[in-house]
Amino acid sequence: MTEVSMAKEDVASTGDLVVLKSVNKHFGALHVLQDIDLTIARGEVVVVIGPSGSGKSTLCRTINRLETIDSGEISIDGRPLPHEGKELARLRADVGMVFQSFNLFAHKTVLENVTLGQVKVRRKDRKQAEERARTLLDRVGVGAQADKYPAQLSGGQQQRVAIARALAMEPKVMLFDEPTSALDPEMINEVLEVMQQLARDGMTMIVVTHEMGFARSAANRVVFMADGRIIEQATPDQFFSNPRSDRAKDFLSKILHH
Amino acid sequence: MFDFLSGYDLLGAFWVTVQLTLLSAAGSLVWGTLLAGMRVGPVPLMRGFGTAYVNIVRNIPLTVIILFTSLGLNQTLGVNLGSQNFDTINFRFAVLGLIAYTSAFVCEAIRSGINTVPVGQAEAARALGLSFTQVLTLVVLPQAFRSVVGPLTNVLIALTKNTTVAAAIGVAEAAFLMKSMIENEAQLLAISAVFAFGFVCLTLPTGLILGWVGKKVAVKR
Ligand SMILES: Nc1ncnc2c1ncn2[C@@H]1O[C@H](COP(=O)(O)OP(=O)(O)O)[C@@H](O)[C@H]1O
Ligand SMILES: [Mg+2]
Repeated sequence: MTEVSMAKEDVASTGDLVVLKSVNKHFGALHVLQDIDLTIARGEVVVVIGPSGSGKSTLCRTINRLETIDSGEISIDGRPLPHEGKELARLRADVGMVFQSFNLFAHKTVLENVTLGQVKVRRKDRKQAEERARTLLDRVGVGAQADKYPAQLSGGQQQRVAIARALAMEPKVMLFDEPTSALDPEMINEVLEVMQQLARDGMTMIVVTHEMGFARSAANRVVFMADGRIIEQATPDQFFSNPRSDRAKDFLSKILHH
Repeated sequence: MFDFLSGYDLLGAFWVTVQLTLLSAAGSLVWGTLLAGMRVGPVPLMRGFGTAYVNIVRNIPLTVIILFTSLGLNQTLGVNLGSQNFDTINFRFAVLGLIAYTSAFVCEAIRSGINTVPVGQAEAARALGLSFTQVLTLVVLPQAFRSVVGPLTNVLIALTKNTTVAAAIGVAEAAFLMKSMIENEAQLLAISAVFAFGFVCLTLPTGLILGWVGKKVAVKR
């Protein structure tokens, strides 16, 4: 965490991209995010890990304001999150999101899924948008499926299309909320490989996942959450081989022994 | 045996029925969709309006609504919807009343369709940066419509039969003609059968065609 606070001059081009300061959120009586402080530098890959119900999804969703917060501050690329309207829509376009359940638009073809945001939000002309869509679909290995509907694809293919759909917006940061949890085991790797390539290409990524292989090979940092709090943060090696908190030790022993 | 029909413009009367149906269907599809949009939207005032509209209008008998448009708007307030011709005015008021009434049912059918669209679809659309209106018109409504072709068909069939209420304000559609035929000819059963057959000819194909369309456009998940 110490090297994150860099000289002011660097901030614009290389510094902090996503900053959360004492963020709190309740669902009724449930204090789901408790004083969350988290800073993610440009180009950094952060894996968020923790028991089910600890608030990982909620954390992701507050970053593009799919969930509002009760107190605290969130800023992206130096600008605080807008509250509503056009400003917020523009911010969301800069933050790519990949969901556990893919959420591809069921009534649109794969190609249309990847062009929709470019045309309607980025106001690109259709030809350019389709060109970019095809390039991205090729990159994630589903170029041949461009004219099919999502329901005709396997889960792994759908998730790769979802990644292409998010990338089409040229986002500054990508959020992944358990992108492989809904997949059959044999399809997990094809999605992780796409994500690893993305990390190597320098994309800033926040990834909620329990895939330790991915965390070890692609992440700069692991953030461990429990009961709405960040309990500890460390490099993947440190965290997995030598966790400091009891909660983390307990959690790791559960996911390691099966 | 059908000589009691001679001297009556049966086709002309059913043509008026068809026109009433098509114009009201188009109008209530538009207004009903807007109402549904209001009911699921983020603006409390619009949500309140949509809810109040539907709950009031669908609980008032259609006859009352049609009579209100004609007696209340036209004769009392002097609204004439851009025409001086008595028949045209009444036809337009009948369409207006039918739209006002039917759109409440269209709204509810569409809203139930919106509820069949998984929330993840709208979330993914919002996450791309689409505005509320874009999310609704590009992602949610297209899927909602596809899942409610059946319910909307029922509304359309009900509307076709409901056009007979326009006879109450003198619109010369099928039921209006039927009433005068029954008064003039001693053929109650035969006349009723002819008109019943006429309506079945309108609604049965509607149901069959839209049933086929509904299957064709259904969203696969
Ligand atoms: N929309 C919601 N309304 C009420 N409670 C919610 C909502 N979303 C999540 N929760 C609750 O908040 C807690 C954290 O949820 P979540 O962020 O999904 O955790 P995780 O992703 O770590 O499993 C859970 O107890 C969950 O039941
Ligand atoms: Mg979750």
